[in-house]
Order: sequence, then structure tokens, then C-alpha cells
Amino acid sequence: MARDNGSTPKKNGAPAEKNGSSSKKELHPTPMLDELESGPWPSFITGLKRLREADDQQYAPMMNDLMGQLEHSYEERMGYWKGGVVGVYGYGGGVIPRFSEVAEQYPESKEFHTLRVQPPAGFHYTSDILRSLCDIWEEHGSGLIALHGQSGDIMFQGCSTENTQKAFDALNAVGFDMGGAGAAMRTSMSCVGHARCEMSCYNEVKAHRDVINEYLDEMHRPALPYKFKFKFSGCPNDCVNAIHRSDFAVIGTWRDDMKVNQDEVKKYVANVGRKYMIDSVIANCPTRALSLNDDDTLDVDNRSCVRCMHCLNVMPKALSPGDDKGASILLGGKRSLKVGDTMGTVIVPFMKLDTDEDYEKLVEFAGEILEFFGDNALDHERIGETIDRIGLPAFLEALDIDADPNMVNHPRTSSYVRTDDFTEEADKYLRKKAEEKSGKEDAANTNEPDRPVAAE
Amino acid sequence: MSTEHQTPRLPDEHGVPDPFLYMHPVMKKNFGNWDWHERLRPGVLHHRSKSGEDIWTVRAGTQRQMDVFTIRKLCDIADEFAEGHVRFTTRSNIEYLISKKEMIEPLVERLIEQGFPVGGTGNSISMISHTQGWLHCDIPGTDASGVVKSLMDELYEDFIKEEMPNRVRITTSCCQVNCGGQGDIAINVQYTKPPKINHDLVANICERPAVVARCPVAAIRPAMVNGKPSLEVDEKKCICCGACYPPCPPMQINGPESTKLAIWVGGKHSNARTKPTFHKLVAANLPNNPPRWPEVAEVVKKIIYTYKEDARDWERVGEWIDRIGWPRFFEMTGLGFTKHHLDTWHGARKSLNASTHIYF
Repeated sequence: MARDNGSTPKKNGAPAEKNGSSSKKELHPTPMLDELESGPWPSFITGLKRLREADDQQYAPMMNDLMGQLEHSYEERMGYWKGGVVGVYGYGGGVIPRFSEVAEQYPESKEFHTLRVQPPAGFHYTSDILRSLCDIWEEHGSGLIALHGQSGDIMFQGCSTENTQKAFDALNAVGFDMGGAGAAMRTSMSCVGHARCEMSCYNEVKAHRDVINEYLDEMHRPALPYKFKFKFSGCPNDCVNAIHRSDFAVIGTWRDDMKVNQDEVKKYVANVGRKYMIDSVIANCPTRALSLNDDDTLDVDNRSCVRCMHCLNVMPKALSPGDDKGASILLGGKRSLKVGDTMGTVIVPFMKLDTDEDYEKLVEFAGEILEFFGDNALDHERIGETIDRIGLPAFLEALDIDADPNMVNHPRTSSYVRTDDFTEEADKYLRKKAEEKSGKEDAANTNEPDRPVAAE
Repeated sequence: MSTEHQTPRLPDEHGVPDPFLYMHPVMKKNFGNWDWHERLRPGVLHHRSKSGEDIWTVRAGTQRQMDVFTIRKLCDIADEFAEGHVRFTTRSNIEYLISKKEMIEPLVERLIEQGFPVGGTGNSISMISHTQGWLHCDIPGTDASGVVKSLMDELYEDFIKEEMPNRVRITTSCCQVNCGGQGDIAINVQYTKPPKINHDLVANICERPAVVARCPVAAIRPAMVNGKPSLEVDEKKCICCGACYPPCPPMQINGPESTKLAIWVGGKHSNARTKPTFHKLVAANLPNNPPRWPEVAEVVKKIIYTYKEDARDWERVGEWIDRIGWPRFFEMTGLGFTKHHLDTWHGARKSLNASTHIYF
């Protein structure tokens, strides 16, 4: 398709023809990597070449050897980096040490460490701050920056052991801080949310910064059994992939009715046609909570709606989240090693997030989970695995959280369970529901804040 | 090399940087007060706040691994055509924020002229989220950056257009840890041979009990080899996952021939319509063939364009297959179905068909 079609657009980036003149060292030939310069997508190889050809920069020899090693990997189809121990003063993590196993052939890039640096919540930058980061990395590092790594970090890739401290000091001086690595709380990420999205159900910036900054010690001085990741998505579209990719997923939602602008619904139907409206919006509702009225307005059964977001996504002018907003919290998402993939599962069906006290409760709850994880997980065990090992009932009991039907797809199908206190447990549940109901009736007058773990 | 040492500086523990220092003023002013959005063309979003203010976003693809010259070029564009404020998406696309609608066209033109594709919004194929690979990882089976560049060259037209049934999210990962994450389509390294052990090094480098504990199938046990304490692998039990390799590099899991690529489909992060899903294996044993991995591109394109042709509006890849069924998926894509598609891990029975719902 696009490849090798001869219509390669101009390369992006700056100093094109400045090589050749007085390079001290021969540039490694990179015939395989060169093939990644053609085609319409921006080429990282062209970028690497710009760096190794920037003769006046300290990193040019390093990047030449880096390209030599990368070409070697492409030829041999093997990787040639090993880990080690490199850090900065005061912190126990955040630098990913890389030492070359083929340093004899490529000595200038024998040390090529990465600094994981936390991004601003929501990944906002000005051109000025990006330039400052570039200047720092030009002076101390390789000139290669990934925006961003899968962890959410700004990855400053390629630094000698000697320059690691200098680079960090300079980054730290302009307001940036090291991210997480190893058995520690990791760098977090949050979606654009409140800053530019009408679906956003809580202040992601506040939640992200309040939680991470409160427990920063767990990131900078690793002492947990294994990694622990928080992710913050403002709505169930989950743009930062929190359910799959975090131990502690905070996902915005709302409890009251969605808002419907019937005039906009009618306009939408007039525009796309009734058949499309029924096939693509109404019929896609996972809980059959939608129906199209004869006058082309929308009938919503809010008690059945699970806030999946499909109809809101398709008709953003007509439909919006309600006013009683907060978040669902799911724990235990991770990828394969060691027990296999797990998704986060619902532990807190709804936590109101509105007042400062609400956010304090979120921070407090995060602390309880971190503490439980630190005290109870086995070495190299993620919290989802801990929960699997001890069983959800034991986990809930340890954290004083009541079981809730929103935690399951369906109740157990196995009869292998001892139920002699079943009646007491059921009574407790019914009592709590009754209290919640009467509490709710009072709430209109008293403004009693909701208990964080109470489910609706 | 200088060995001079000054008193080390203690870090300022800033934590997560405050984004309000960098956020576009219109976004700051309307924080938490947005009303609706629309897409004016692929790559361009328009958001209206409840107070009637507007912000336009122009989204462009980047190579993620960027040299400082590229980042400065993106900054120059931000200063000349936008208002100096940008953000990045989780898939490494850059977003320019502008409060003047008339700047959209010149900005789009400049980005395209400078080689940054404008798109990645709505029902497009967005940038592939990926991992570090040979460039920087200590355990990589391949070079995700190269795989991604090759694939995005091929999928370019569907990045700059919004003509897919729904959004398509692709990921690549350089080992089975799968740092690239779940995706509608995932291209992941799949090892095919047990680790090759350098017994001379194990005792000095590896914490043996930890390595034994790391194995998901208890295939590793301590052993004396040539008079040295080492480890041995029961190759009949070994599932070739590579879990032993990070804690014990002398247990080399990669090989130029034995490291292969596998394709997985139907992963989904969002809760829209259906609950989130994991991706499922559809093709394996594709050669790890740099610099362009053509065999991978061929399978990925076949799946994507079959989906594009056949899926209904708003069906993600996994939802499309849920409707048409796996027999039809394999038939339409021409991929072979094997015993290796039958799950054997814990909970495998949940993936088996316990019904007479059969596709003919």
C-alpha cells in the first residue's frame, strides 16, 4: 500500500544535511534500519539518524553506536541489553539501567539507561516546557525521548551512569519527578477528562495527584511485594485502559438518570434515519434500557442502564451523564505473568466524588489497599493474584467491605461452601439496605455524605 | 571520565506535575464544564463548553520514540499555528489545542507538510501502542518500534480517515509479558522453545528459589550441572512463556529462529455495549522478520479489511466475531484453526462451547 510507493513525504524534524563534514568516527552502516525510513508514517530511525549526525552534540557518538547495536539486533534477531543497578540520590527506583552486552563493538552506548519521569496529569504541556525538557536531555542524555511509555512515563531513553544524576537534577529543577519502577507504586496516568471531555464524571487531575502524591514514598523507595498501578479514567469508556492495566482502577460513572435533550434526539433521528437509530443505538444497548418513541424521542429505563456509554458516545449532543457523579473502583487488573490475565473486578460499585472530603476518602481507601497489599501479598504477587489466592470474601472481610451484588456477574454456581452463618449475613445485608433507604430519605435535608463503600 | 564528587542534591519530591501550569487557558477556564463535542473532519475535534466557549483539537500521529529535533519541530508548529499548548494521547498522538477555528486548516496543512499524519480520531485505526524492543529492553524478542512503523505505513490511510466500523486499537509487545496491552488486534512475541540455559552463569547471576517460584507450571527445579549449582527445565512441562528469563538472564528464551510472532484479536478496554474483553489467539508462528515484518502485516491487514468489509456500524473486532462466530472468522480470514486455539490454562472450560449453538 503506502510502502515503497515513491511518494515518501518530507521527513519531519530539523537539521537535515549537516553530516559529512568532520565526523570523528565513521557512521555505522545501517542497511536494515534504513528500510524503516521510507513510507508515510513518521520514522523513528530518521530521528535516530538526526541525533547521531548532530556532530556538535555530546550524544552523537553514543547515538551512532546505539544505531550500530540496533542494526546488529536487526541482523541477528536478538536483544543485547542487560540490567544492573543505577539510581539517583535519595530515590530507590525510577531509573531503568541498561548496559550493552556488545559494548566492545559499540563502546559509546555501553551505558544507555532510561529515566522514567512522571508526566503532568492528563499529559498537558506547553511548547516551552517541552523545549526545556529537550534542552536538558540534549545536554545530559541521548536526545531521544518517548512520549510516552506504556507506564505513562516520559521515557528519557539513553543516559550514561555518570550523567544520570545530572539529568535528573535538571529535570527535577524544572518541576518534574521520577516515576516508578520495580516492586513499587508505579507512575499513574489519567485521561483528558474534565479538561476537555463532557463525559468526565470526576476531577481526574485531583484524584490522580491526590492519590499518587500522598503515597509517593511507595514509588520512590520501593518496599512493596511487587508493582502496584493506579489508573484514572473519567468515564466507562476507560480511555487509559484502567480495567485491563491497573491494580486499582478509578472509573467515573453516575448514579442518577442520564440527561436527555429530546430536541437533539429528534435531530439525530431525522439525520440518520429511524432504521439506523434502532439498529445502531437502540439495539446496541446491552441491557435493553432504550426505546424509541413514536415521536422520535428517546425512552430511557434508567434503572436498567449500566452506563456503558454507547448511546452517549454516538449522540453526544443529545445525551449526557447525570449529576450525581463519582467513580467505580475495580481492583486486580494485570497481564499474563504469572497466573494468567486478570481484569480488575468491582470492589467499590460507587464512590461519590464531589467534595474535598469525598476525595480524601478515595485517598484513604487507596492507602488501605496499599497497606493490605504490602502486608499480605507474596513476593512477586499482584493484588489480583492475592485476591484470587485468599478468595474475595476474605479480602473484603480484611478491608471491612460488605459483599455487594454489583461485584459479580452472577452468584456462585458451586455448592462447595459452608453456609451456617448465611441467615445472619443475609439479615445484615437487608438491615443495611433498609438503613440506606431511610438514610436516603433524610439525605435531602441533612446532606449526609455517602459512605464510600456503600453500593446503590 | 570525571570522578569529582560534590555533595549530592536531595530531590524535590514534586510527585505528579500540576497540569494547570501547562493546560490551554480555555480548557482551564471550562474545566469540568464541557457540554458536547463533534468531529469536523478526521483528526479534528470541536468541544463546546456549557458557557458557550469553544476549543478545537487537531490530532496527529508521531513516532513516539522522538529525537529532540522532532519534538522542537512539533513545538514550533504549536507556537506558529496553535497557541503553544499541546497534549498527548495514551497512544502517543500529539494534540494541538486552539481557540481560533480559522487556524485549523493552516495547522493541518503544516502538520501534513512536515510529515505528521492528521487523524486517529473517531472510527479510525489509531497509533499502535507498543513497547521498547531491541532499542532498549533487556528481554525483547523483537523490535516493536520497527513492527509499528512498518504496520502504520501500511495502515496509514485508515489513520487519516474514519471509515472503520468502530475504532480499531492495535498493540504490539516484544515478549509475552505484553506491556503493549490488550487490543482489537495484538501482535505479540510468542516463544516456541524452552529456555537454553548457560549453566556456568546461573549460580552467580540468578536467585534460584525465586526463579523456581516464577514458573507458572512448576517446570523448573534446582540441579547440579557440571558440579555447579544450576537449574533445569522439564521441557515436557515447559510452556515457553519466558517468565524465568527476566529473573535469570542465563535462561535465554529468545532465539533468532525460535522467537515468533502471534496475532490476537478481540480485546477491548471500553465498557461500551459489551463488557471489556481480552484478546484471543488467532495466528501464531509468524516469522520475526525485520526490518519490515511483511508476514505480520499480511495477516493483520487481512483481518482488518475483512472486519472493515463485514462488520456493522459500532461493532468492535471482538463484537463482530461474537456475531458472525469463530468458524466464519477463520473462514473469512483464511487462517487455520488448530488444537493450539483450545485453551488449556485455568478456567479454560469457560471458553469452550457448552451448547448446541453451532454456526453452519
